[in-house]
Amino acid sequence: MAEPVIRVVALGKSYATAAGAFPALRGVDLAIDRGEFVAIMGPSGSGKSTFMNLLGCLDTPSSGDYFLVARNVAQLGRDDLAKLRNRTIGFVFQGFNLLPRMTLEDNVALPLVYSGVDREPRRQKARQELDRVGLGSYAQSLPSRISGGQQQRVAIARALVNSPQLILADEPTGNLDSQTSEEIMALFSELNGEGITVVLVTHEPDIAAYARRQVRFRDGRIVSDTPTPPGAAAAC
Amino acid sequence: MLKAMLEEAWHAMGANRMRTVLTMLGMVIGVGSVVLMMAIGQGAQYAVAQTISTMGSNLYILISGSTSTGGLRSGSGGGPTLTVADAEAIAELDGVSNVAPVQQGTQQLVYGPNNWSATVVGTTPPYLDARAWTVLSGYPFGDSDVRAATRVALIGQTAASNLFGADDPVGKTIRIRQSPFVIIGLLGKKGQSLDGRDQDDTVIIPLTTAQRKVFGNPFPGSVRMIMVQATSAQAMPAVEKDMTALLRQRHRLREGQDNDFFLRNLAAAADSAAETTRVMSVLLGAIASVSLLVGGIGIMNIMLVSVTERTREIGIRMAIGARQKDILAQFLLEALMISLAGCLIGLILGAAAALLTNAMTDMVIVISGAAVLVAFAVAASIGVFFGFYPARRAAALDPIEALRHQ
Repeated sequence: MAEPVIRVVALGKSYATAAGAFPALRGVDLAIDRGEFVAIMGPSGSGKSTFMNLLGCLDTPSSGDYFLVARNVAQLGRDDLAKLRNRTIGFVFQGFNLLPRMTLEDNVALPLVYSGVDREPRRQKARQELDRVGLGSYAQSLPSRISGGQQQRVAIARALVNSPQLILADEPTGNLDSQTSEEIMALFSELNGEGITVVLVTHEPDIAAYARRQVRFRDGRIVSDTPTPPGAAAAC
Repeated sequence: MLKAMLEEAWHAMGANRMRTVLTMLGMVIGVGSVVLMMAIGQGAQYAVAQTISTMGSNLYILISGSTSTGGLRSGSGGGPTLTVADAEAIAELDGVSNVAPVQQGTQQLVYGPNNWSATVVGTTPPYLDARAWTVLSGYPFGDSDVRAATRVALIGQTAASNLFGADDPVGKTIRIRQSPFVIIGLLGKKGQSLDGRDQDDTVIIPLTTAQRKVFGNPFPGSVRMIMVQATSAQAMPAVEKDMTALLRQRHRLREGQDNDFFLRNLAAAADSAAETTRVMSVLLGAIASVSLLVGGIGIMNIMLVSVTERTREIGIRMAIGARQKDILAQFLLEALMISLAGCLIGLILGAAAALLTNAMTDMVIVISGAAVLVAFAVAASIGVFFGFYPARRAAALDPIEALRHQ
């Protein structure tokens, strides 16, 4: 079997607090293969956000190893992590996080600016991704002119623009109504169907039901790792 | 990449126009005042240099010294210690180009119904070269005029216009102390001297004529002053030494006895005048630079506010792959653009103010390319210097913290 996209071994992360070191993650082992669609669940304080930050190369672990596409990134410097975030990972956030002063096209093209792509190919690629999420006709609009669901689609287009190995979505439907949530989750399912690995953090079971595998966190540890029961998605 | 960043910096400046304009204003005022002050300073230096050049260069003036008779000491020029023969002897020294004995005083000039009081200078032909006089029309008098004590005169522009109005003075006859003098030449214009006297309010006549017909001279052969010009500034110290030794010997002064003449170095006076204006112009520039500094601090202030306001944006950029140096470059570029734009406007306004000053007053204004270049370089370095701290702060932000920032 090929090397998994994500493999973490005994991953630990502690935060210094006034009361001493607080362990947010206490030795997590997990492997996610290419093409998987995984939901990471758990109550707040369970360590899932910390885990997500580590997976997203936004933070470095206190102990353990993290292999992203067979490369151990646990001890990389800030610039190398930035490069991984740029090329290997696509982020989708709860709050969409589009830059308000830029057109949708420029927002989508922004990761390409940081990977040094020229203006014209940058625009073409951005248009292509906007078309893919069905918003090609809004390319020159500002984010404030479109709805929340549309903004999240643009954010997904931005996550896709550098052809990443992995999409990380942190509560992507947290700010959306249930109708729009379904559309966004359908989009994720569609992307996953095209072979893109998707890891999703959520605390809503009906959102997690779109994934094919559910990993539950509690007190900094994985407490369960199960395939989604068939038919669960249809229940909502 | 750079182009994309320039565009972004442009957008960021446009996003808060009022604030950008106010920040720029600091630079505008700073650069504008530096340009204006330097223009005024350099103008003053230029004006002084002009005046000095009309005075004649590398000049010494020997003035006959005090005599002491029974405890009563006369002031400088009080005794008949210098002679025409002294002047002739000095002219033989190495490094001396022109020597002219001078007897001068203020006299009433009369032409028909007009009369006018002016400085009358009795001297020999080398005087014209030593003092950088030119003859505009007519011709100068020669050594034969001095020998024969002819009654001829060269007239300066101020004296000429007061006596003759717009008429050509050459060939006309004026009277000085009842003696008629034929004007044989009109002198070129010189303007004010360093001490503010009008140098053109002058009539120059042969020394011998001056002593016999105008001033009178109780001690034949003596003169009050001798003008000595050295061939170059380098030759001046040697000339000074040789001249002093020569005169002491000719006047039979013993070792330890005071000089019976005074030696004044006009070049030193010119240097000190030039130095004064140089210091003034540096001072003006320094004061103006303070406002440039304040403008720079204004930029830093606004950039810090901007970094705080845009923390979330910085977090997003980092999350999608901006390296620290990308963020650093972005904010540095913004600071640089604000300061350069401010500088450009400042240059234009400063130059306009300088030209306006030139038009409204009689101050001499010189805008030099060097001053403009310096102002530009300083503004750019201020942008980088004061933009660096906020930019580094932005680059050092933790991406997770920045993303969480509301």
